[in-house]
Amino acid sequence: MTAAPAAVLGSGPTRVALVGSPNTGKTTLFNALTGSSARVGNYPGVTVERREGQLLGSEVRILDLPGTYALHGETPDEQIVTRILSGTLEGERVPDALLVVADATTLRRGLGLVREALDLGLPTIVVVTMIDEVKARGGKLDIMKLSRLLGVHVLGVVGHRGVGLEPLRGFLRDPASWPRPRALPRAADAEARFAWADQICREVGADRLEPDTRTDWIDRVLLHPVAGIAVFAAVMILLFQSIFAWAVPAMDAIDATFGELGVVSRAVLPAGWITDLWADGILAGVGSVLIFLPQILILFTFLHLLQDVGYMSRAAFVVDRVMGWVGLQGRSFVPLLSCYACAVPGMMAARTVASPRERLATILVSPFMTCSARLPVYTLLIAAFVPAERVLGPLGLQGLVMLGLYLLGAATAFGSAALLNRTLLRGTVSVFYMELPPYRMPTWRLLLRQVWGSARAFLKRAGTIILAASVILWMLLNFPTPEPNPAFSPAEQTRANVEASFAGRLGHAIEPAIAPLGFDWKIGVGLIASLAAREVIVATLAQIYASGEADDYTSLRQALVSDVDPRTGKHVFSLATALSLLVFFVFALQCTSTIVVMARETGSWRWPALAFGYMLALAWIGSFLTYHAARALL
Amino acid sequence: MVTVPLSRLEPGQTGRICAPEPGESIPLRLRDLGFVPGTLLLLRRRSPLGDPVELELRGYRICLRTEQLAAVRVELEPSSK
Repeated sequence: MTAAPAAVLGSGPTRVALVGSPNTGKTTLFNALTGSSARVGNYPGVTVERREGQLLGSEVRILDLPGTYALHGETPDEQIVTRILSGTLEGERVPDALLVVADATTLRRGLGLVREALDLGLPTIVVVTMIDEVKARGGKLDIMKLSRLLGVHVLGVVGHRGVGLEPLRGFLRDPASWPRPRALPRAADAEARFAWADQICREVGADRLEPDTRTDWIDRVLLHPVAGIAVFAAVMILLFQSIFAWAVPAMDAIDATFGELGVVSRAVLPAGWITDLWADGILAGVGSVLIFLPQILILFTFLHLLQDVGYMSRAAFVVDRVMGWVGLQGRSFVPLLSCYACAVPGMMAARTVASPRERLATILVSPFMTCSARLPVYTLLIAAFVPAERVLGPLGLQGLVMLGLYLLGAATAFGSAALLNRTLLRGTVSVFYMELPPYRMPTWRLLLRQVWGSARAFLKRAGTIILAASVILWMLLNFPTPEPNPAFSPAEQTRANVEASFAGRLGHAIEPAIAPLGFDWKIGVGLIASLAAREVIVATLAQIYASGEADDYTSLRQALVSDVDPRTGKHVFSLATALSLLVFFVFALQCTSTIVVMARETGSWRWPALAFGYMLALAWIGSFLTYHAARALL
Repeated sequence: MVTVPLSRLEPGQTGRICAPEPGESIPLRLRDLGFVPGTLLLLRRRSPLGDPVELELRGYRICLRTEQLAAVRVELEPSSK
């Protein structure tokens, strides 16, 4: 089944739109009503998710509109809602009826939006969620009376337990029979709407609730000036640990499986370039997509869990001030932290940043955080060229260089965020506001569905392009193939093949541009190959240096150290060259997956192009300075 | 009767939003969130790092940065500490 066609004119299946503020249980309700029929897409031209599903056992379609606080919204999400409801979004028909969702415990705010929705005059049903919490807090909500006052059907539900859903499904099968709201006394602005809401709340008893003592009690600990920071640090360390360490066994298993599949394929299939393409291009490409899955699954399980229980907004509340210094906000912290594992899940996690401006800034600086793919490059070069001296007590020089690279990445990310804030994003002020919802138990089924949804979206939208890019890079590295020279050993032949390939020629072609950084054409080929993924440079250098096994660090290290330029008779790799290359990897956007996902998440190729250019310029300048400073000083 | 900008409220204090002075207004986004004159609100706490602040109004809790609160004037409730 596919998503509904983009341009639906006039008639079509009956469509009911879900309207509601964030944190009202709207998505839980949508999932309960549509089951697994929901399809996620994008509205054209924007990165706002479009979710539509079919009411179980019926032809009626349900469109889950983005959460909104008002129907004259300012954010891209809210503008989509406004445009759909006013019929001005191309390809979207005005819904046949509205299901307006409001949280029973916060009706004094929620009725403001309900009122705006009623004023549209479409057939409407109001769904009041979380009625169990009203009872638990000693409240009594007169739903019959609320229905009378609003002039439309009002149904109370507890979405995650399925309470009250059966009558709602009954109504949903026949939206044409719903009454249209009657005209209410004019309420042109927020003041009038909330005055009306206060009046209604007094009459139905929605304004008398005991305090939520459980949330008060938890907040006294989690937002305590000292304990709050300690808990925040502990949660972040746990999250960091989980994506860094716990994902590794699964990633190794995927890596090994695809390596094994390649070996088996070669054994079974006849030798030739088609087999090479299959084993080294396609299989390796699929592997390079799937390798991200463990981290995405773990990170998104964490994110949705923290979000569902209510801690996510608390964490953002604690750290907001620090992030605010560089024009980011509290919610940017977790995505950026995730980027230490990998920028791909990190940028996807930036969806939790509600305001579009800060979300964009978060995504753009993500690639500076030291991802785990840089680690093999750092390890190889540091082990080969940085002396294993002790400098400060137990601290070795090698460890200090590694630490310095991590700090340089983080500092550049924050500096770039501040720069973006003062240049490209200047003047686009966004008001920072964030609800602190009550703590709630997570709904496991909803959690699993959300996590799987994120993973599927990654595989479908980014995976295909990443696969294509891997195959193209493979071709660059393997074509054209020169005549085999019988005098060469297999390793020497591999080296000759790489030099004759398109990538080899490209390496020679860019040599003048990278020579000032201390790089020769071989490093140039490595840089081109590392566009597939940064760590690929290690395997590529191994091929060029004909050191045999790609994983054999020791022999590659020795080959690098002893490599001599035939023209100058000097060593190609010096400490200065190694430091220069390290700095290059700190800055450069050497990762096709990052570029693809950045384009997907920002909805345009303009931003990754900008990021690539900016980061390449920084890399070139940083490497140039490093190379010449190192040569002068060391 | 004391009116102060919302940014001057201390944790634990309650205030009632006043009608804005002539020529001033409460930002639309805040009004949509329920910050309209006559609404009672409680400043629950500051973030451990001093900013933003947590406010309770209309039965829900929201955090805002202090700099955004200057546009809202409140009348201190006598009952507050």
